[in-house]
Amino acid sequence: MAKHKQKNVLPGFNLSLGYTLLYLSLIVLIPLSAAFFKTTELTFAEFWHTVTTPRVVASYKLTFGASLFAAIINAIFGLLTAWVLTRYTFPGKKLVDALVDLPFALPTAVAGIALTAVYATNGWLGSILEPHGIKVAFTPLGVVVALTFIGLPFVVRTVQPVLEDLEAETEEAAASLGANRWQTFRRVILPALWPALLTGFALAFARAVGEYGSVIFIAGNMPMVSEITPLIIITKLEQYDYTGATAVAVVMLVISFLLLFAINGLQWWSSRRNSASR
Amino acid sequence: MSIEIRNIKKEFGNFTALDNVNLDVPNGELVALLGPSGCGKTTLLRIIAGLESPDHGSIHFHGEEATDRDVRERQVGFVFQHYALFRHMTVFENVAFGLRVRPKKTRPTEAEIHRRVHQLLELVQLDWLADRYPPQLSGGQRQRIALARALAVEPKVLLLDEPFGALDAKVRKDLRRWLRRLHDELHITSVFVTHDQEEALEVADRIVVMNHGRIEQIGSPQEVYDNPASPFVYKFLGNVNQFNSRVNEGQAHIGDISLSLNQHHSIQNSNALAYVRPHDIEVFTEPNGEQTLQAIVSYIHAAGPSVRLELQPVNESDTIEAEISRERFRELALNQGAHVYLKPRRVQVFLETGTTTPS
Repeated sequence: MAKHKQKNVLPGFNLSLGYTLLYLSLIVLIPLSAAFFKTTELTFAEFWHTVTTPRVVASYKLTFGASLFAAIINAIFGLLTAWVLTRYTFPGKKLVDALVDLPFALPTAVAGIALTAVYATNGWLGSILEPHGIKVAFTPLGVVVALTFIGLPFVVRTVQPVLEDLEAETEEAAASLGANRWQTFRRVILPALWPALLTGFALAFARAVGEYGSVIFIAGNMPMVSEITPLIIITKLEQYDYTGATAVAVVMLVISFLLLFAINGLQWWSSRRNSASR
Repeated sequence: MSIEIRNIKKEFGNFTALDNVNLDVPNGELVALLGPSGCGKTTLLRIIAGLESPDHGSIHFHGEEATDRDVRERQVGFVFQHYALFRHMTVFENVAFGLRVRPKKTRPTEAEIHRRVHQLLELVQLDWLADRYPPQLSGGQRQRIALARALAVEPKVLLLDEPFGALDAKVRKDLRRWLRRLHDELHITSVFVTHDQEEALEVADRIVVMNHGRIEQIGSPQEVYDNPASPFVYKFLGNVNQFNSRVNEGQAHIGDISLSLNQHHSIQNSNALAYVRPHDIEVFTEPNGEQTLQAIVSYIHAAGPSVRLELQPVNESDTIEAEISRERFRELALNQGAHVYLKPRRVQVFLETGTTTPS
């Protein structure tokens, strides 16, 4: 018996699949693999030496550490912002809502300069913090501040719609069963938000790892202290050390990939646990 | 536990949801709040639960003031129309929730929680679903789990907000009988909200008919069905034919016929509305000497336990609905277009002032 072809309302699956694959290859896969190919010009010993010099290792630590830290801050305060924006009405709410997107729209260099001006020892905030022994500009703390700034919208914008869809009834049900506010939040609301929160966290983290423009102004770029990995790549390029630059790039690529993979795995695990179900 | 509701008022902006509502729910009764949507019945239920607070008035549980008591401390079980189950928890955890969130001092041991939850799941006959998640269950199963969850905290009062509203007709019918049996077993004071008169008439000990934020009538199902206190209750509970009539010295005149009432003897020529249930209309093919309305059969609904006739009166514009038994229908051998004579068996008349008179 002849097999019936599956009929779809919208035709063109083959065409759109082919286009998607071609597009992804051209835009993502080919440039990334070029980095790998360029790196193969080095012997393994040379490669290992390039990517493990203390200065480069310090930059990995800063980049990934600061990004992780910034993403965690964003997860917490982004959740809070999303909560306030969905649960309460207050004058100027629309304005605050729009303000959240600003880090998306602002050229990163502008953000970097603005943050530096504010946090420098003679800036508005810097001059207040300086006497207390807190230096922000030109320290790793400055890197965290910049990365937090650019990552803010991700968590807010992923959590907000989920929070809006949350049934108020389940919270009322929890309250009528005797749960206090914290128990309701912890046992009823948070599990529902968890996948969205994790997505927002992953996006903020990924963005922070790749951030360059806003960081280099505020970081001060002192080797071993406040130099981020993307800057090291740029420096190597400027010295015409193309293979060295791609070697570091490859390491970053692999670490980023592994981290995102881990976060996605966590997401998959938590959504499966939720919706063994749906 | 009995519930006493005194002078409750609630407004949302310009909309008056509840206007001076007084109601007593005796201990152990199953009471239905019945009314069209927007009549305030859900608001009243939520105020009893403590999910909403009244603008004015008070709620007493067993004589004790409870108006300002938090929903957490009211010891009420609340069942929502759309179940409101925790979808990330198994059925077991859903039912156990109310026990697990108790403060350490009063929280039962794990073994005790296990025992109680399974006992409740057996009560709702769904023990075999303990490890499933809510989205894997059917609507009827979800609502029974929601009920088990509400009962887990041993509430003094059970409140149900349109509990079967989201279910299909068959499941709905099974579940409401089951709820009635469950109530007869547990005897928890229960209040449920519904807009389905059939549901209220079948399940409740007592029906509270509401309209526009006020209570129209309180009574047993038979009382409110047989002796509606107002035209609204008449129309809301079951099908009814409405006739314009005139009342004069104890006689009601509908079209050509007049019926003697056992009241309104001193009323002179007053406009009134007369109500007749479809099953209280007798249908004849011959004008056997009595005063009758003449009509033409315009449609016959023969499917169902009885036969419903749509009748076009000769002198009036509004169609009349009559309901006769299948035997009677065969006896009369009616066809569409047949000429028939109608005699109201039982009429209730409401004068413009709104007083009631069974004939």
